[in-house]
Amino acid sequence: MRYLPHTEEEVKEMLSVVGKASVDDIFSMVPENSRMTDELQLPQSMTEWELNRHMDGLAATMSSADHTKSFIGAGSYHHYIPEVVPYLISRSEFATAYTPYQPEISQGTLQGIFEYQTLVARLLGLDVANASLYDGATALAEALLMSIRITKRKKVAVSQAIHPLYRQVVATYFKPTEFEVVEIPYQDNGRTDLAAISDLSELACVAVQSPNFFGVIEDLKAVSQKTENEKPLFICCFSEPLAYGLLKSPGSYGADIACGEGQSFGISQSFGGPGLGMFACKEKYMRNMPGRLVGQTEDIEGKRGFVLTLSTREQHIRREKATSNICSNQGLCAMTSAIYMATVGGTGIKELARLNRDKSEYLKQQLQQKGYRIVFDSPTFNEFVVDLTDGFKDQYQSLMEKGIMAGLPLADYYPELAGCYLMCVTETMDKADMDNLIKEIG
Amino acid sequence: MTEKLIANGIVQDEPLLWEKSKRGKIGFSIPRRDVDSFDLDEDLIGEGPDFPHLSEVEIVRHYTRLSQWNFGLDTGMYPLGSCTMKYNPKTNDRQASLHGFACAHPLLPQRFSQGALRLLVELEQFLCEVTGMDAASLQQAAGAQGELAGMMIFHAYHKSKGSTRHKILIPDTAHGTNPASAALCGFKSVPVRSGEDGILTPEIVAELMDEDTAGIMITNPNTLGLYEENLQEIAEIVHQKDGLVYADGANMNAIMGVVQPGKIGADVMHLNLHKTFSTPHGGGGPGAGPVLVKEHLARFLPTPRAEKQGDRYGLNEDYPDSIGRLHTFYGNFGILVRAYSYILTMGAEGLKDASRYAVLNANYIMEKLKETYFLPYDKPCMHECVFSDKFQKDGNATTLDIAKRLIDYGFHPPTIYFPLIVSGAIMVEPTETESKEDIDRFIEVMKTIAAEIKENPDRLHKAPEFAKVRRLDEVSAARKPRLTFNS
Repeated sequence: MRYLPHTEEEVKEMLSVVGKASVDDIFSMVPENSRMTDELQLPQSMTEWELNRHMDGLAATMSSADHTKSFIGAGSYHHYIPEVVPYLISRSEFATAYTPYQPEISQGTLQGIFEYQTLVARLLGLDVANASLYDGATALAEALLMSIRITKRKKVAVSQAIHPLYRQVVATYFKPTEFEVVEIPYQDNGRTDLAAISDLSELACVAVQSPNFFGVIEDLKAVSQKTENEKPLFICCFSEPLAYGLLKSPGSYGADIACGEGQSFGISQSFGGPGLGMFACKEKYMRNMPGRLVGQTEDIEGKRGFVLTLSTREQHIRREKATSNICSNQGLCAMTSAIYMATVGGTGIKELARLNRDKSEYLKQQLQQKGYRIVFDSPTFNEFVVDLTDGFKDQYQSLMEKGIMAGLPLADYYPELAGCYLMCVTETMDKADMDNLIKEIG
Repeated sequence: MTEKLIANGIVQDEPLLWEKSKRGKIGFSIPRRDVDSFDLDEDLIGEGPDFPHLSEVEIVRHYTRLSQWNFGLDTGMYPLGSCTMKYNPKTNDRQASLHGFACAHPLLPQRFSQGALRLLVELEQFLCEVTGMDAASLQQAAGAQGELAGMMIFHAYHKSKGSTRHKILIPDTAHGTNPASAALCGFKSVPVRSGEDGILTPEIVAELMDEDTAGIMITNPNTLGLYEENLQEIAEIVHQKDGLVYADGANMNAIMGVVQPGKIGADVMHLNLHKTFSTPHGGGGPGAGPVLVKEHLARFLPTPRAEKQGDRYGLNEDYPDSIGRLHTFYGNFGILVRAYSYILTMGAEGLKDASRYAVLNANYIMEKLKETYFLPYDKPCMHECVFSDKFQKDGNATTLDIAKRLIDYGFHPPTIYFPLIVSGAIMVEPTETESKEDIDRFIEVMKTIAAEIKENPDRLHKAPEFAKVRRLDEVSAARKPRLTFNS
């Protein structure tokens, strides 16, 4: 076995040091009746070449974004990934290190994550960001729990225009607790109906997503005003961080916490994971944050260095009183997104975001001209909802067979939106592809 | 021994991204614009985030230099106890980056995702076989989320019986995440003292277990690296009061092919694929923490569940008793691909060998070093052994000094000051993938350091001498936190 370096002779020598006759004798502390009597029933081990063939075969059955024209986003986005991103992140010094518990030999990870925290804080317009959570959904769940810790109130309000799968995860996290989740409906224009919130003084937070699940840019100023007096925390989540290359940041509207999914930033879609839970907040809430944090300090010679810090919030120190149970996070994905943000840079992020918006507006306009109803008339970023009517179902299927994925049908998530499709257009879609879709839809 | 110090290679300083940024530079090939610009309400438009401006070559040098300040598993031996830093096979990365997987959208109709779904179904089967459990969910993104899922299943189980239990037994040899995960489900941790020989006794569990206690969380082997010999008896005690047994599988690398936790009393367990199943830890994650259960608890598993349906593979959400969804999609799929590839490469015999050599290596180190470093529990260990600095403290050097000095000799330090029940703990987990030569060198260096402490302890206080930075001021980092760069 090529991963196991011992020779037979070495094993014998080591056995004699530990005073055992055979390798199986080293398990003598395991009671006889606890031991397996049979061998594990697993497929015969594969050579490297057999494994390649097997995996190539499995991968070949998959429909991947680079071989189709897919207009499906909904929380997992197909963006171009500059080659330097996978190239640099595959350096084994990053990939094969553990959590940076020994800072003197982990400065690469630590400086990289410190830069990531800075990039995320700047993107979202907030003071501090953590070193990552699992994904957009769990980041939202953690944000809601954090607002309960801060306000000592037991109820959270969550917009129905937040990604339905995020809300499912939130429900799972809340089920065994004494806390309550109330949902805020959305209006005919696709924005959250803030007027429907009644019991502000009992709420730990009001959470909206912007752009929301329908691609609609929420009126964050209104959320900020709504929460101003009774002081529930204002939480803004997102599934498409690229939007903040163009739009005003949640922090600039006064959001207390901004959190969401960072997959768009250089991370492969990979059937939905690993992604990246981004999480930022105001400085005054820093000590209530979940997850790891990297801070700047100096060594004994006065040289700048970085360490994991504020760990008294964390599970290994505070145990049951920790701000979260999270331990391993999505470190390498955070680093990946940092490399992406640095590569795209201050100029690139604006132009790229603008291009996403304009391309998706082009498709919206073309559909409108064909007579299809754009369901929500509020401004959108790179996704929007179009009513292709119930009759489109069969055509949707036949387009798929041609490799055109004409948006995500919304009926399963919002029964009232049957016949409506969530369309996504990123920079990877050419005008010709969109024109072709229009032609096919007819 | 000075000749054994690691060579001090070229380590270049590198500023922060913004310190080398200059307007007018760009590292990105902006995609061609083939549509006109559309109006957007000016009120919504921001100034754009203050990201740095750098060329591609500067980006490449920046991150290459950063990487050179890191010690990875590919750099050298990484005997970090409780973390199972075994070799991360490169072929597994190849498989995860296959376009069919890496570019797959999670919400396409299932007929376009057959390969991925089949992989999920088969990986669940493999992991059930290794652990002796009956059903699994692969959604959990890390061990702690696996634990959380497990605690939610405990909660749902008792609720289904019409009761709410408020307590949970957690031994003093457990991982710190255990109490934090249990607390999220409203369980109050009741600490269980381990016996004099470092393992749990049935007596103390019987004393603490009652009808208000949801069950027990046991790490086996425990964090002292010792096998919980009374596990079966303890499980019976817990089951008699209708409690459940949670097996923290973080240390599964010690017992593959030897013990199936599901056959000796575990009702629920999680695995850390980034430990036992060789997926790279990524400097903090992503990992994967599948949760596995016995048949009577399968209906509570998170949804959606991957299933074989006739000759097709699909996702099933129709489990009304399920605790629900724990991840936006299906978990850290790219990590699951790597673990699946690892199991297919190793086979049954390979996995058993991995555990055999992991245990052999740890016992070998224990034997060779127990005269030099204090061994609080002097009995055969499993995949890791725990020493302490008791012999060295008189010589004015501590566990921290020993750890930092190891860096100068080219080793990643062991886990230190954990488990908490050993004062000044030094927890060594060599794993099965270290060669005897490297293990012998580690032993020799540990002895050298012990000798240095006798001769010149001061030198150790200043260690490491040869890393990118010297010892860092963690106290002021926490007192006056600087978490972002302010230019």
